[in-house]
Amino acid sequence: MSEQAPDLLFDLNLTEEQRIMRESLARFSEIEVASISRQADEAGQAPEGFYDKTAELGLSLLSIPEAYGGAGIPRSVLSNMLNAEDLGKGDMSLALGALTPLSFVNMLLDYGSEDQQEKYLTGIADETFKIATVALMEPRATFDATTSSTSTIETTAVLSGSGYVLNGEKSMVALAEDALHILVIARCDDDVGAFIVDKGTEGLTIEKEKFMGLRPLDLCRVVLNDVVINVDARLSGEAQPFDVQRLVDLGSIGLSAVVVGCCQAVVDYVVPYVNERVAFGEPISNRQSVAFMVADMATELEAMRLMVYRAASRAEQGLAFHKEAYLARILVAERAMEIGTNGVQLLGGHGFTREHPVELWYRNLRAMGILQGVAIV
Amino acid sequence: MINLELPKKIKNAESMAHQMAASVFRPIARKYDTIEHCDTPKELIPMGQMLAAGAAAGQLGSGGSGSGGDVKNGGNMQAIVGTTEMAWGCCGLMLSLPGMGLGNAAISAVGSPEQKEKFGKLYCAMAITEPNCGSDSAAVQTTAELDGDEWVLNGEKIFATAADRGDAVVVWATLDKSIGKAAIKSFLVEKGTPGMSVVRVEDKLGLRVSDTAALLFDNCRIPKENIMGDPEIADTEAARKKAFGGVMQTFDNTRPQVAAMALGVARAALELALELLEKEQVKPEYDKSFFNSTALEAELYKMEANLEASRLLTLKAAWMADNKIPNSKEASMCKAKAGRVANAVTLRCVEICGTLGYSENNLLEKFARDSKILDIFEGTQQIQQLIVARHVLGKSSKDLK
Repeated sequence: MSEQAPDLLFDLNLTEEQRIMRESLARFSEIEVASISRQADEAGQAPEGFYDKTAELGLSLLSIPEAYGGAGIPRSVLSNMLNAEDLGKGDMSLALGALTPLSFVNMLLDYGSEDQQEKYLTGIADETFKIATVALMEPRATFDATTSSTSTIETTAVLSGSGYVLNGEKSMVALAEDALHILVIARCDDDVGAFIVDKGTEGLTIEKEKFMGLRPLDLCRVVLNDVVINVDARLSGEAQPFDVQRLVDLGSIGLSAVVVGCCQAVVDYVVPYVNERVAFGEPISNRQSVAFMVADMATELEAMRLMVYRAASRAEQGLAFHKEAYLARILVAERAMEIGTNGVQLLGGHGFTREHPVELWYRNLRAMGILQGVAIV
Repeated sequence: MINLELPKKIKNAESMAHQMAASVFRPIARKYDTIEHCDTPKELIPMGQMLAAGAAAGQLGSGGSGSGGDVKNGGNMQAIVGTTEMAWGCCGLMLSLPGMGLGNAAISAVGSPEQKEKFGKLYCAMAITEPNCGSDSAAVQTTAELDGDEWVLNGEKIFATAADRGDAVVVWATLDKSIGKAAIKSFLVEKGTPGMSVVRVEDKLGLRVSDTAALLFDNCRIPKENIMGDPEIADTEAARKKAFGGVMQTFDNTRPQVAAMALGVARAALELALELLEKEQVKPEYDKSFFNSTALEAELYKMEANLEASRLLTLKAAWMADNKIPNSKEASMCKAKAGRVANAVTLRCVEICGTLGYSENNLLEKFARDSKILDIFEGTQQIQQLIVARHVLGKSSKDLK
């Protein structure tokens, strides 16, 4: 991390590539994602074939080297963030699901050796959806993203012979049931490392957990009971040592971006509603008590977005971005939940029914203050 | 490309302003808050001259450099960082700087070349508010009547910042009360013009060193060429709307500036509070889970996050102005957010620091008092919400009152 930034101007314009990508993702998000959001929530899973459609977009594969089957385009935190926002506008769960393999890919690109990248990325770079995920959170500890020495991670990896023995419990691991690989973050001596556990490894138990929201995301409890893996299944950290803080910060940016997208969906939904809903002879939006709520939602949404953009742009430039990501997460967590709540409130009793999407967004947005480890940028 | 860091040129301006604020404003902030009513503080005169010379030499308001293609980081953004830093030093003293009046902003925005030449170098105040109209600036009752080669002004103005110390005042008056907005014009009145008198200078909660004057116009005669903008009343409804819209556009540039003041005062309070708290072993490190922080730490993080969010909204509004993108909505958004955040942060810092915060031995209580007006002038919190709501909901001022 250098503090030597190039002398760029303050700018909020997208690059030409980002603009084109936005246009097509916005369409995709509306036609393919938002349209099935309710159905997926009720079913508790994405409809058959949905993720293959997202795989065709290649969002996870862009930055995988060509030799391993990817497009070999340098990873852009900003572009990934914009993609997350656009998909999040369609549906938070499906966006996070579609991008889950990307968090695994990103960790491999950051900390994997060439051999590890070849071995694991080649299998993922496919036109059908191949799942790999990251297991960071634990059921008991609210995860403290502190330096490794004071981290509250309880899952352990112990070196024994030619392998590591993993023990512990991970929670809220996205798409874990069908994952080919799970990157388990565990304590090893005084350090924290990342260990790849393959599907079906002995001692690995995966149970689907049910949550208030993010139902189609297939969030699972992952139990590791004397799971033995090869020594070379630990991310080598050759290029840079594994940094759990960085994983958490990238996750904050990624999740925040998805949430910004969802909040935009809320605002876009309530504006026509309050303009059309008539009470006492005029649209309810003619009343300040309603109009000011909408004004605050729009203002806070813009503030959230700029916080996330700043953290992402610093990460993209190779500047330190921990503080920015931390503050963005705090603001987004607080305001997004407020926006979710107000979305229901503005629709009154109708907002409480499952006929409208606001109650779904309300439940999903609650996850902003909880979920961690989705390093999808 | 998306980048929310400031370029070197703007950063340099920021650190220069910070140094001036730290060395000139801070040491005398308490002193003049206590003195309250006085002539321009003598300590400010060299700085005022320097800034005026800088403006004349075109050093202020020029664009930043860098690899931004067609993008500009210009005068608006530079003013934001400068204002923030100076308000960090002392907002009252910043508003007392000779030559930096709101009237000057109006002249540079809508004045004719001759008016700029004559009045640009003077210290110009702005008089809009009247006893019976504040945010509803279309309701001004002060009249201007053409009599031969002179305009005759009659009426009363209040809350005019720097109207006592300034060299001239930009006065809003109506040519015909029955027409409303379209008949409102602004006029340049030099100090000492017969018929204009300072009735009183207000005693205030905060910004005490800055003079806030009430003016009386009693058959005050000024030259015909002292009207700003088009002297004719537009004859079609559309043209009338446009004419007043032009006047109101000034606010799109000045609202982010007030937001910047709020940012400066709030950051000053938060910094001082953190300094005091560090002695009590409370120090935010940004490394604990939000849930594992103490309630106090969590609150400090929240304040910092909200302050940073306000700053980015303000920079965005200024960036849009610099790049000629209409920013009325964003100007109100940043003013609304920065205003309420500054009020909350400064007051909470007083509370958190207990007796130290409440005591006049520290500046925290002064920052809290100073910040209150920043959520009021250039449009109250509620006015900003109204403007944002109209934009977001696509409402006219008739639909959403």
